[in-house]
Amino acid sequence: MIRFHNVAKTFRRARVLDGIDLEIGLGERVALIGSNGAGKTTLIRCLLGEYTHDGSVTIEGQSPRSERTTVLGKIGFVPQLPPPLRMPVGQLIHFSASLCRSDPQRILDLAKRLGLDVDSVMSRQFVRLSGGMKQKLLIAIALGRSARVLVLDEPAANLDPEARKIFFELLAERAESATMLISSHRLNEVSTLVNRVVELDMGKVVLDDRVADDVSLTGKLDCRISVKRPEPAFAKAMASWNFTDLGDGLDWTGKVAGPDRLRFMGMASRYVAVIDHISLTEVEG
Amino acid sequence: MKQLWLTAKLDIVESLRARWFQIYTLVFGGIVALLFLFGLTESRVLGFIGLSRLLVTYIQLTMAILPIFVLITTVRSVAGDREAGVFEYLLSLPVSLAAWFWGKILGRYIVIFVPVFAAMLGAVLYAVVAGIEVPWGMFGYYTALLAVMAACFLGIGMLISAVARSTDVAQGAAFLVWLTLLLFLDLILLGVMIQGKVAPEVAVTIALANPLQVFRTAALALFDPQLIVLGPSAFVILDLFGALGYKIFALAYPAAIGVGAATLGYFLFRRGDLP
Repeated sequence: MIRFHNVAKTFRRARVLDGIDLEIGLGERVALIGSNGAGKTTLIRCLLGEYTHDGSVTIEGQSPRSERTTVLGKIGFVPQLPPPLRMPVGQLIHFSASLCRSDPQRILDLAKRLGLDVDSVMSRQFVRLSGGMKQKLLIAIALGRSARVLVLDEPAANLDPEARKIFFELLAERAESATMLISSHRLNEVSTLVNRVVELDMGKVVLDDRVADDVSLTGKLDCRISVKRPEPAFAKAMASWNFTDLGDGLDWTGKVAGPDRLRFMGMASRYVAVIDHISLTEVEG
Repeated sequence: MKQLWLTAKLDIVESLRARWFQIYTLVFGGIVALLFLFGLTESRVLGFIGLSRLLVTYIQLTMAILPIFVLITTVRSVAGDREAGVFEYLLSLPVSLAAWFWGKILGRYIVIFVPVFAAMLGAVLYAVVAGIEVPWGMFGYYTALLAVMAACFLGIGMLISAVARSTDVAQGAAFLVWLTLLLFLDLILLGVMIQGKVAPEVAVTIALANPLQVFRTAALALFDPQLIVLGPSAFVILDLFGALGYKIFALAYPAAIGVGAATLGYFLFRRGDLP
């Protein structure tokens, strides 16, 4: 599906990618991790045909550089930082849909599923949307076409828990038909989304590990959590996860998306001094 | 073709919302409004001369402002878009590099030419309504000169944008190009000639290689066909081209520079890193 063969990239004298060899098959969900400057973004840009490089990059045997339109028609990309586009949301949707020969309605439906009230922002400039709204729209554009490869750079960083849950469901729907490359600084952000981890350091692959596919992308966990005393900060955090207060801010219940469990536990760990009881039970697989 | 037009439309929409475009439109609209005021006052006394003088003054001012405006805004927005990640995202979509680059040029050309032309057209329409005689030949040739001037400096701007990797470098290079062209206008060359260091033919050739000088001379030629104000240089120019030949040269040569620079810019853009 995707093949990097001895890919190297040098900026002036700095070697950012140093002989990358990787093969990624259909249906693989790869976490591309590494610290700043490890070469993740450069590798993604080589995959998108945006950088010239030594070695070769192919997707289904075709080069994203010399056969751009064919290859990029198969790729859905969500950047880490949304571009500061001044065009209205409606035009961005139509522009992308026209180039990708997809139905704009599909993008609109996905954006609505992610919780974006598209109708109210259609004429608003993209750059004026909030970070979360931009992220939802870019995800909807990337998923709103029949992409065989999804390249996602910190895709869920700006999403609220509810949107993250739906985002995981959307990825699950594409799990069999698409290959995913998800870039992140931190493994815990994406570990539950992927079945393979590739770590880059100084432009080289230092870890390539296939991981057990235990966590279903669509799985949900019933959660119940109690605290010793009401805490406004804790209550606010619970509300952001759409938890329900069962009485006086002491007992809370709600659902957590399976792939989000680490993130949820990370949030809960901040209140460990006041937590009295916590339980997570898998309810859907 | 569809991709080209989509990219052009995208650039037009982006530009229409940019501050530089608002200032740009205001500057040229403002110039005509101010000049028209003077031209109109004069035309009550001198008839059609009022509009002719307005057009002459307008094109002289446009020649001073438009090149630097086009160069700076083009390199700023193209290099700025590249730095801000706009290229990274939009070039991840399945658009061919030719459609992207030429579509961007087409969109930008429309955006920079339309306000300059609209301002002049507005003046002419007003003259028609007010019953002032319109020098149509002059209007037509000036329109062609403006169109070519915009193409010439847009092409140079796109070449600089393709080469420069940052907004600062691109702006600096654009300013340097403009300054060099400005320094080689005829006054400096005449100075050099006076010192006897350069043969007059060489000085005139260098002057004619400068698109700014070409526009300036062409604009002069319309109301001074013998180019008397240029002095001895006029003999060289008219001997070489003839009056009609020079008018054609003044359109063809800068257009060739613009298209040539844009084509070179396209090949450099296609060959290098995109974002």
